Amino acid sequence: MIEQILFYVFAAVLIFAATMVITARNPVHAALFLVLAFFNSAVLWIIAGAEFLGIVLVLVYVGAVMVLFLFVVMMLDINLARLREGFVRHLYIGVPVAALIVVQMILVLGSGAVDPGALPDATLPIPDPAETGNTTVLGGVLYTVYVYPFELAAVILLVAIIASIMLTLRRREGVKHQDVAQQVRVRKEDRLRMARSFGGSGSTSTGRNDNEHPDR
Amino acid sequence: MTTDAFEIPNLTLALPEIWMLGVACLVLVVDLFSGDRDHTPAYWVAQLGLLSAALITVQAQWGLDVTTFDGNYVADAMAVVLKVTVLLLTFLAFAYSRDYLRERGMLRGEFYLLSLFSTLGMMVIISAHSLLVLYLGVELMSLSLYALVAMRRGSPAASEAAMKYFVLGALASGMLLYGMSMLYGATGSLDLAAITDVAAAESRLLLVFGLVFTVVGVAFKFGAVPFHMWVPDVYQGAPTAVTLFIATASKVAAVGLFIRLIGEGLEPLHGDWQNMVLLLAVASILIGNTVALVQTNIKRMLAYSTFNHIGFIFLGFVAGSAEGYGASMFYAVTYSFTVAAAFGVIMLLSRQGFEAENLEDFKGLNERSPLFALVMLLLMVSLTGIPGTVGFYAKWLVIRSVVDAGVMWAAVFAVIGAVVGAFYYLRVVRLCYFDQPEAEGGPQPSGSGGFRFVLAANGLSVLLLGLFPGALVAVCMAAFG
Repeated sequence: MIEQILFYVFAAVLIFAATMVITARNPVHAALFLVLAFFNSAVLWIIAGAEFLGIVLVLVYVGAVMVLFLFVVMMLDINLARLREGFVRHLYIGVPVAALIVVQMILVLGSGAVDPGALPDATLPIPDPAETGNTTVLGGVLYTVYVYPFELAAVILLVAIIASIMLTLRRREGVKHQDVAQQVRVRKEDRLRMARSFGGSGSTSTGRNDNEHPDR
Repeated sequence: MTTDAFEIPNLTLALPEIWMLGVACLVLVVDLFSGDRDHTPAYWVAQLGLLSAALITVQAQWGLDVTTFDGNYVADAMAVVLKVTVLLLTFLAFAYSRDYLRERGMLRGEFYLLSLFSTLGMMVIISAHSLLVLYLGVELMSLSLYALVAMRRGSPAASEAAMKYFVLGALASGMLLYGMSMLYGATGSLDLAAITDVAAAESRLLLVFGLVFTVVGVAFKFGAVPFHMWVPDVYQGAPTAVTLFIATASKVAAVGLFIRLIGEGLEPLHGDWQNMVLLLAVASILIGNTVALVQTNIKRMLAYSTFNHIGFIFLGFVAGSAEGYGASMFYAVTYSFTVAAAFGVIMLLSRQGFEAENLEDFKGLNERSPLFALVMLLLMVSLTGIPGTVGFYAKWLVIRSVVDAGVMWAAVFAVIGAVVGAFYYLRVVRLCYFDQPEAEGGPQPSGSGGFRFVLAANGLSVLLLGLFPGALVAVCMAAFG
């Protein structure tokens, strides 16, 4: 009973937050509502017994991804109002299509097709979740039964790294940057110059500023 | 199966994928440490890796039908045919695009790298035996392709194409995933064999519900009408080298995706998806042909005519029989090699600061280069489906399977579609042979000797396969036992 009440409360907040994400005028507010949505879905997961996923959702998405989102939004000053210009204009085609799909889905789902009793039990490669913790169970199968998908996910992350570097890294001329290798390779002769000023003429004025990089 | 009963997977079965991953990582390191401006070491490592991967695939998997990695991975004859095709297409794409990319300053190690990872994703799809692996394979393939389309950063057209491809591709992935979650809910298993068993035992509305979304997702990845909006923009906006790769290899992988997920996995629901596939096929042939008629940009023309061919591939699926799948596979394999050569000719005629992508650029090609005019003639005749070239047998096999399935009107419609297609394909032939070139003489073939040799061999193989199609047909039919 208490579980059901909790579920409906958090589900209601989740739907509200998700709606606000796409309707909020201020992009920072939208990002913060997304954080709220993540928190509520994490709670729903914990209620369902998947505490590991709930914690990871908060840690990864709220802790890392959304912070990056906020950084991007604040640094780039994205004008969300312009992005939404087509929203109303295309509504006349979008709404009927969406409504049609929703009605069809309700007809199917309302026909008792997803009645929990009618569905087969999932054939999980894990012991009964009631006996052991969710995290223990995941740890047991991740590197054994699901090692192939797990490695594939790792390859996808590698592709993400390569692609993001390829798309954003550009070498421009005239940018001041430190080349550590060159700094280390520097020899004494490159930097030091023996000033011959025995005659007392004080001719160091023609000398180079030794703090300058030899190439500049 | 629980963790206690865990068996060490048979890694030698999955050797092709492991090898490709190794090659991709090797290219990553080699390219990083070689100071070569043309990325020559990376090129040769990649090419040798692709050819050896094709050999390893045949060696390790031909004639088998076993699963490993706890049912996540399957090795069978169909996987061998499709994987070897994908590997050879990637080989051709690299061979054709090297000069093209170098002249445009786009030749970077990441082009090879991302293409290799995309190829790996296609191989994963083709050998997938669970919903999870199928999805991961699709994502691995698509993510690499999005980045490849966006490779030309300075070009607004490429950025727009990449953006459209990415957003619509993400939408398609969402559809696919939603359908898969329904299939999982209705059957309680991610394993495709288990899904087939449950689907055969009793019919559930929820399964059909999931089926609809998976068909939509797969059709998106194919670019079948009405989920085709992204195709022409992506073909035109992407660098031609990348277009070649998307137009050929990813279509072959999509055939693997369809047969694994819907053809085999949801085989008991054949009655439900037959009409959906038929609708997609007919719409694709209709839209593809009518819009291709009025295109003046040859890349866009090839994009729209792709729908025509995707329609034929889907027609092969309609029967749901071994002959039908074999016909579709034969069609996809021969079509992709033919189109690869067509894009090769476009790249051959392009030079720095000039893209030979308008139909006028092909005027009088015969006077400038009789050999490549002949290649273009063979390719266009094959795409039309005129007897003597391989395209004819591909169309004939598909139409025969449709007639066997008893859908006579679709067969008649497909033949009419092929006749309409003849108009715009043979128009290119007319331009090459009977029209005078423009005032300045038109673009000259450029490119190194190796490129020309591979391209000519690829073009003539269309003729050879058309004269002696028996072996390839036998291989494709044998793939479905």
